[in-house]
Amino acid sequence: MSVTDPNGAAEGRPGLWNRLGIRTKHVLWAWAFLAIPVLFYVVIRFYPTFDAFWLSLTDGNIRRGPSFIGLENYARMYADPVFWKVFGNTFLYLLIGTPVSLVISFTIAYYLDRVRFMHGLIRALYFLPYLTTAAAMGWVWRFLYQPVPIGMINSFLTSIGLEQQPFLRSTDQALMAATIPAIWAGLGFQIIIFMAGLRAIPSSFYEAARIDGLGEWAILRKITLPLLKPTTIFLVVLSSIGFLRIFDQVQSLTANDPGGPLNATKPLVMLIYQTAFSSFRMGYASAQTVILFLVLLLISLLQLWLLRDKK
Amino acid sequence: MSASTELAANRRNIRPGRVIAWTLLILGGFLMALPILYMFSTSLKPASDTFDLRLIPAAPTLANYIDILQDGRFIRWFYNSMIIAVAVTASNVFFDSLVGYTLAKFDFRGKNIVFIAILSTLMIPTEMLVIPWYMMSAKLGWLDSHWGIMFPGMMTAFGTFLMKQFFEGVPNDFLEAARVDGLNEFTIWWKIAMPMVLPAISALAIFTFLGNWTAFLWPLISTTSPDLYTLPVGLNSFAVGEAVRWERIMTGAALATIPTLLVFLALQRFIVRGVMLAGLKG
Repeated sequence: MSVTDPNGAAEGRPGLWNRLGIRTKHVLWAWAFLAIPVLFYVVIRFYPTFDAFWLSLTDGNIRRGPSFIGLENYARMYADPVFWKVFGNTFLYLLIGTPVSLVISFTIAYYLDRVRFMHGLIRALYFLPYLTTAAAMGWVWRFLYQPVPIGMINSFLTSIGLEQQPFLRSTDQALMAATIPAIWAGLGFQIIIFMAGLRAIPSSFYEAARIDGLGEWAILRKITLPLLKPTTIFLVVLSSIGFLRIFDQVQSLTANDPGGPLNATKPLVMLIYQTAFSSFRMGYASAQTVILFLVLLLISLLQLWLLRDKK
Repeated sequence: MSASTELAANRRNIRPGRVIAWTLLILGGFLMALPILYMFSTSLKPASDTFDLRLIPAAPTLANYIDILQDGRFIRWFYNSMIIAVAVTASNVFFDSLVGYTLAKFDFRGKNIVFIAILSTLMIPTEMLVIPWYMMSAKLGWLDSHWGIMFPGMMTAFGTFLMKQFFEGVPNDFLEAARVDGLNEFTIWWKIAMPMVLPAISALAIFTFLGNWTAFLWPLISTTSPDLYTLPVGLNSFAVGEAVRWERIMTGAALATIPTLLVFLALQRFIVRGVMLAGLKG
């Protein structure tokens, strides 16, 4: 057993380890287990976090080392119309994606919860997209969005007598066209979480409501939805965070002109990626990541506040 | 017979509302799966049939798959993705469990600080860390290597939290009994405690594997030579570089999807339960 002894000295002098009290051994074991992980978290998580803040105050040069320039990056960002366009896009993803996906997933979960026949198969069908690779599915959706005769969606539209749509080629439609695959991919996860929430509501609540003569609609409004509030808040926050960090699908959906046309689909993470790894302006890109961090932090704090208030 | 009584009970439950709901759910489910089905369908069509929109290929062929596998790049990317996803998963199962166990079952000064410090990293978005990671990797010569792709994900706060919750449910009596028997703490963790939380371990393993298999941003940043691309990154470069040949792109996308679908088919119950766990613990 001395091989895994945390106290190296014990190998030479077996007496020393044995002379330690049980408490001390306990503590030594704990820190032996934590040694590598603590090192990992310090070097791979904490140091880079502070480094990101520091880099955002520098010109972020890789070759000769970054030099301090104060808040210049933030000032430049404030004056940059592309940044604001991208910031707006990112919130559009969130403002369209979150409510739409929540309404759809709740409706499906609500009815799926009552269906017995082929329940597992139906659930699997809705869940499948959640398991796919977003970057690969970007290409699949891009294929579906192609004009006639390649694209399935446009072929369908023309076959029922509607006009073809440009989807990803139009500055008006592209963002919407990029949001749909993102909603599609996340739906399965939300449905499962909603169903777990629905199951957690005691059936005695429903029975009591029926005895009181409440209809389906009233039960939904007065019992189901209020009791589902923690689940809903959780999903709103998770989904918002997901849409604020959208990148993979958009990158492959618009691979020939990432974020295009005319920055119409560009989300914040893509701007960060391009600023850092196409233009190599690491300092400026870090300042953008700090903004992303602050927005995400705000949303997480909002969740904590909402849940504390209601419980 | 119980089957017939069940049927009778079901018949009583059949109401038109239910039938409509069921039909709509099935239709919706089919629509959800349609992009995936269509991807597979196109991957089985010869190049000349790409614009044939029928879901079931008129003349199904594996030519695209043979083509792409003979190309060699895809095998290489598939191998990279597999190595990375498996290695990162193994590391997470080991370290997240070890830390979760220590935080759940040991008493020592500083325990809460360690726990809170680890949890606090959940607040930090990966996007904020990639630039420092990149500069760190560049300095250490880790860019363009398997290790360079893997190192940021070797442990995760979420996995640690999940495992801690589960280890808290393991009764102390078992651990005490093992201690009396003279087993050392490492053996107690590995041989006694770990087997008792197997469902949690499988959930952690599945999600870590899926997460790393589909990871895009960091592998895209940290690799420059096509030999080291993972499948999602490789597919992207392939699709941009090539004159657009949709049947081949769909075949590549299918290759990226098949492993996750296989994992799902094999472990469906664990995955659904795991999602619920992840969601409820939040």
